[in-house]
Amino acid sequence: MKLSYFPGCTLKNHAKNFEDSALCALQTLGIEVQELSRWNCCGTVFSMATDDLIHHLAPVRNLIRVKEAETDDKVMTLCAMCYNTLERANQRVQNDPESLEIINDLMYKEDVKYKGDVKIYHLLELLRDEITFPKLKEKVVNPLKDLKVANYYGCYLVRPKEVGFDDPENPVILDEMVSALGGTPVDFPHKTECCGAYKTVDNPEIVAERTRQILSSAVRQGADVVAVSCPLCAFNLDQRQKQTLQIYPDFKNIPIMYFSQLLAIALGCDHESLKFNLHYIDPQPILKEKGLM
Amino acid sequence: MRINMSRQRMKDPFILKVEELSGQDLLTCYQCGKCSAGCPAVSQMDILPNQVVRMAQLGMKDELFNSRSIWSCASCMTCNVRCPKGINIAEVIEAIRQILLRKREDHVKVEKMTAEDKKDVPPIALISCFRKMTS
Repeated sequence: MKLSYFPGCTLKNHAKNFEDSALCALQTLGIEVQELSRWNCCGTVFSMATDDLIHHLAPVRNLIRVKEAETDDKVMTLCAMCYNTLERANQRVQNDPESLEIINDLMYKEDVKYKGDVKIYHLLELLRDEITFPKLKEKVVNPLKDLKVANYYGCYLVRPKEVGFDDPENPVILDEMVSALGGTPVDFPHKTECCGAYKTVDNPEIVAERTRQILSSAVRQGADVVAVSCPLCAFNLDQRQKQTLQIYPDFKNIPIMYFSQLLAIALGCDHESLKFNLHYIDPQPILKEKGLM
Repeated sequence: MRINMSRQRMKDPFILKVEELSGQDLLTCYQCGKCSAGCPAVSQMDILPNQVVRMAQLGMKDELFNSRSIWSCASCMTCNVRCPKGINIAEVIEAIRQILLRKREDHVKVEKMTAEDKKDVPPIALISCFRKMTS
């Protein structure tokens, strides 16, 4: 299968650890992805107002780039927000030919007229549906033995229902992946509770409070690390632990890891790809304790 | 509080605009409160999500425009997936925000943000914040 790869705005900087670990894991799994030669930010959030077509141009333009890349009209993303925005915009134009025509007209200089025919994958979907978890298990060389992972799904992998690729109330895809990697998934009640998202810019205290609630819940269930799939969740849950600790001195820190970093460790990727220097709470002590590094 | 309803009032331009921008039929709501029960942002809200829908049905625009609630919602969609009547409450709140933003009434003043405010914050946070809170 030929696949394009859409990185999005944050994977080249703050979430370089997400990109490098995911690309290394994909290479180990024998999946070839080709980064789009030109791409733009998807806009990060889907435009929810019915008449707001101009903001669908950014995601749709990226889908035109996928058409131009000749990768069987398939594209993979890592970021949960990119996945959500691209997929929702795609569904919007698929279900509304009139909007699609206007959007194409607004991009009249593009050589390709978009027809709604690109398939968008999130890496997790690819692991579950194309590679499959039993096959993934066979490729594990460094099982995540004794590592208890609380999987945080957040909002955009599972909501709204039309774009989510797992149950919106009780998703299990990350837990299944962790099991396949030899780790122990830890269920916790806050796994789909919003982290506060972009409120981190205008009201970081709210995010610090959410971080306390979500992470304390994971700690209570005995988790060693929390796995995430969204760079904004990662920023809020990891970096905002600084503010959380200032407000709640008895708060117990816990490392946040991208699910791709767990994948890379289990598949024996070079530790260069993990880039733990980008983390506020360093996962290395617990990983060393478990004999994983 | 006494509110007098009339056929005329139900056609208030504000109500029609909210319905148009959100794509929702406001009168479908029967006030079960499930949206508010599951909303992770209620602790910051002065008007609960089910009350936002009720006030929108009644055209109480000033109360809605001045509420903290419309800016506390981060569109996590929990209410949408749980509503037994299939109403997208997050879209209703987005519509109210949009009416203000389209009058250039930004909630976040980008020009007043200091370098310290923006320091270390990833692009995904800044872009989504500006997309949701500025015109």
